[in-house]
Amino acid sequence: MHPAPSLILFSSLTGLGLGLLAWLAVLGLASPPLWALGLVLAGAGFLASTRHLRRPSRAILAFTQWRTSWLSREAILAILALATLTLHGALLILRDQSPALLGALAAAIALTTVLATSMIYAQLRSVPRWHHWSTPALFLALGLAGGALLAAPRPVALAFLATALVLQLLHWHQGRTAFARAGSTLSTATGLKGEVRSFAPPHTGPNYLLREMVHVVARRRAAQLRLLTILLAFALPALLLVPDLRLLAAATHLAGVLCSRWLFFAEAEHTVGLYYGAR
Amino acid sequence: MTALPPPSPRKLGLVIDLDTCVGCQACVVACKGWNTENYGAPLSDLDPYGASPEGTFLNRVHAYECTPKDAPAQIVHFPRSCLHCEDAPCVTVCPTGASYKRAEDGIVLVNEDACMGCGLCAWACPYGAREMDAVAGVMKKCTLCVDRIGNENLPEEDRIPACVRTCPTGARHFGDLGDPDSAVSLLVAERGGLDLMPELGTRPVNKYLPPRPKDRAPTPPPLDTVAETPKGFLGWLDRALAALPGA
Ligand code: SF4
Ligand code: SF4
Repeated sequence: MHPAPSLILFSSLTGLGLGLLAWLAVLGLASPPLWALGLVLAGAGFLASTRHLRRPSRAILAFTQWRTSWLSREAILAILALATLTLHGALLILRDQSPALLGALAAAIALTTVLATSMIYAQLRSVPRWHHWSTPALFLALGLAGGALLAAPRPVALAFLATALVLQLLHWHQGRTAFARAGSTLSTATGLKGEVRSFAPPHTGPNYLLREMVHVVARRRAAQLRLLTILLAFALPALLLVPDLRLLAAATHLAGVLCSRWLFFAEAEHTVGLYYGAR
Repeated sequence: MTALPPPSPRKLGLVIDLDTCVGCQACVVACKGWNTENYGAPLSDLDPYGASPEGTFLNRVHAYECTPKDAPAQIVHFPRSCLHCEDAPCVTVCPTGASYKRAEDGIVLVNEDACMGCGLCAWACPYGAREMDAVAGVMKKCTLCVDRIGNENLPEEDRIPACVRTCPTGARHFGDLGDPDSAVSLLVAERGGLDLMPELGTRPVNKYLPPRPKDRAPTPPPLDTVAETPKGFLGWLDRALAALPGA
């Protein structure tokens, strides 16, 4: 799949922002700079996501189809999350107290928003690498780990970082065989028996399908990006927690998550690639 | 609403005969023409006379080399377009309600005025049947020519999809696949019509008729063996010559 910068930024920033806000809400921390940082990260992420729309003026309609569409659910949850979190944060900072129940509710909505984002990808059977429980698990774990780096006690942050690393490795591991496990081949795609090979594409030029879903170039440096992800998202932040350099740890972690998200898109193979003799 | 309607008894769709299709691309042109001049945003072209022309198409014809077991390879032309799936994943993912499946006949359509161009439905379709128009910024897909099939302003024989009407070899058939006695259903039963990627659970309405097994030319009788070692007088001569110095 095409690694669109707007989607990579969107999912990484909102994940970190909502993860941080969830921790602040649950722990009842009245830290104005951290609340501001969380809201700015989440808000910037949602703004980035509208860059992906060709007709953003119609985005209001995206609040209507929550019964079936994870993208619609995400849009509604995002607004609810930002509203409840802002209320809780404002009460904590201005009044020095806010009901713990409101905090728990706000955190739950924030995490459900991250879950909805991940389900947009995990629901797609056409992209076998994404269609796995490890996709939502990884998105949630990364959000929680990133937030914990800024707001949670050190051992808690380390525990979440370790969990996220395990899930990241697991997601990569299942991804290697995902397409084969799904069982789609050029034979099932065409119904032709025997050995089937693409002989000529329909048109000599490029097209939307190939650019959007058969984006092979972006995969070239996968091994290097995996290494960078492990270093930046997990190893360095863990080391930076020792001298308690929280902000630096979170910034490094975000850089690592961006690498991981690039790979998430770049390595995902869509079944339409089969028709073009590519994946 | 992007919830799928309850299954309709009427299931309009196409049956494509891979045995007959010669890959002439006439359906591609007819589709592009009709759907550019009629319903919805035109199917745009980018750089049409330049070095790298490209455009939006609702139907694309591939060619495959297929080598059945114990038979020579053959070329199969393969038109690919929306299959109007019964469990259409493209419909349920749509956040705006622009994508829908028509309750009365199962045709999968996009309300272009409600589409925000997020592209998620194109990702959800396993078959690459949806394309975002580069100029209009809305999702385009095969409509089964909704503006032809029930159009009383057209002569009776034209009230079928443009691709079916134009196909010079009769490789494309249009009809109600929900009716087991319709011509298309009988054709599917007779020729063993197939679903594409059935493992993904989309339950396509469109069916593909596999190429018929080709006739085999009888295996030619082996040629007479050319004698490698001469016998009789020639054999004696050969051995005698070989015995001379310098041979
Ligand atoms: S072929 Fe693709 S676009 Fe058409 S109904 Fe099926 S999933 Fe949707
Ligand atoms: S591109 Fe348009 S039709 Fe497709 S999912 Fe998005 S809003 Fe719906």
